Amino acid sequence: MSQPEPQPESDYSLSALLRPASLLRLGAIGVVVAAVAGSFAWAAGWLSPGRLDQKRIINGFEAVNGPHPGFRRNHAKGVCLTGWFDSNGAGTRLSHAMVFRTGRVPVFGRFALAGGMPRLPDGPAVVRSMALDFSLPDGETWRTGMNDIPVFPVKDAQGFYDQLAAGVPDPKTGKPDPAAMKAFLAAHPEAAAAIARIKAEPMSSGFADAAYNSLNAFRFISAAGTATPVRWSMVPVDGFAPAAKVQGSNGLFEALAARLRHGPAQWHLIVTIGQPGDPTNDAALPWPKDREQVDAGTLTVSALQSEADGNCRDINFDPLVLPAGIKPSDDPLLSARSAAYAVSFTRRAREPKSPSAVQLGAPS
Amino acid sequence: MSRPFAPLSRLLHWTMAVLIVAMLFIGIAMVSSLSDYHRLVAIHKPLGIAILVLVAIRLVNRLFNPPPPLPNGMPGLLRFAAHASHWLLYGLMFALPLVGWGMLSAAGYPIVLLGAWHLPPILPHSDALYAALRPLHTVLAFALFATFLAHLGAALMHALVFRDGVFRSMAKF
Repeated sequence: MSQPEPQPESDYSLSALLRPASLLRLGAIGVVVAAVAGSFAWAAGWLSPGRLDQKRIINGFEAVNGPHPGFRRNHAKGVCLTGWFDSNGAGTRLSHAMVFRTGRVPVFGRFALAGGMPRLPDGPAVVRSMALDFSLPDGETWRTGMNDIPVFPVKDAQGFYDQLAAGVPDPKTGKPDPAAMKAFLAAHPEAAAAIARIKAEPMSSGFADAAYNSLNAFRFISAAGTATPVRWSMVPVDGFAPAAKVQGSNGLFEALAARLRHGPAQWHLIVTIGQPGDPTNDAALPWPKDREQVDAGTLTVSALQSEADGNCRDINFDPLVLPAGIKPSDDPLLSARSAAYAVSFTRRAREPKSPSAVQLGAPS
Repeated sequence: MSRPFAPLSRLLHWTMAVLIVAMLFIGIAMVSSLSDYHRLVAIHKPLGIAILVLVAIRLVNRLFNPPPPLPNGMPGLLRFAAHASHWLLYGLMFALPLVGWGMLSAAGYPIVLLGAWHLPPILPHSDALYAALRPLHTVLAFALFATFLAHLGAALMHALVFRDGVFRSMAKF
């Protein structure tokens, strides 16, 4: 091993540092360190303060809905569910995810109303959601958040933010400016088309007879490694009844609790297989109605619980918590949802909690 | 002072240098990004665990291959700064992945490394624990980045200003 050259004359004194040659080198070192720090600031986004980032999306929700500490920034009003999923094995040809092997896995989740108002009165036209966590036998987890609308109103994070911004109440009137929504729809024709599709689809009467759709596309990976573009839905076993007037501010949730007192409610997990050319990167566009569908099993919801410490309230139903065998598609909304949910989750975790609007009494 | 670091020590140092700097940049980019968030998180978690494993190996290696002594002429204050910053680096290299793993556990997230390969939780599901650990992770990350900048500056001081062989003892390829 060769010896480093001896450096007998190393001088650590201040006067040595102040020699012109040393100062020049010190300056060069300063430039290097500053350049590294500057790259870090660039990576952090600090040099582009106008950029749309995950915090601005959540700030947008807070601007629209006002402060509601401790609650989700979206889908704020909800109730926890527990049950199980019985897989019939039919999904295994598309995905090697353990959840599709024949058998039963425990499930918990949450029914909620879309929007960031935790005390929003239930109404027939409010979008409803189902979020689920499948706890797989090997310790893996699959989470999904689904809505009872046929398509998502926007196709990307910018569209989502612009729609939110158009809904911010005018400080003078306390209501959103109708001109802002008009301008949004003019700037985003894809949203106007998607909203027309959503309005054309009849809403169901409640939570138990609603179909909940993944909206975003994903990729199922088979044991052989083949990727299949899919969207999925939870299609209710309960027959469809059209939306009607809702009794009371928690009428939809109370009706669901009453429904479960007669026995569990069930949904079929219907996987729709996309064909080449079907949009996987645009959740605002539907897929053709004739696409092949696979019934992968049955979800049974057996009980509800009011939100409380340690239950579904304290879980982030991040749509990108996926088991091996399910992968994200190229839909840009997926990563944006994952990012924004994380900000909402972290903010509310640090805030004081107050009781949720839906408090279920003992079964009568 | 004339002795270089052992080859394994140098290999561990430079491997971890690349991984940790990449990790700091991925981490800070991740927490604001929308379109790249998922891709970056998917790298961040296994990379953090890799760093935790490597720093454990490195600490054991340090017992068998102790670092060369600092030059005799180095003043006490600089020696103290050198030793303190190195132990701070070690502490942060252990603490950041452990706090990250702990906060994901407390949040009830699965700790996915690759495919079906995942780690068990090391803390119970608790909103209050997550609320404490998540900001701690950020504070520690900034502390690590600041310590790294100081380390980089000091290494270049040894290389270009003091020229006392300390830089060469690690930068010998």
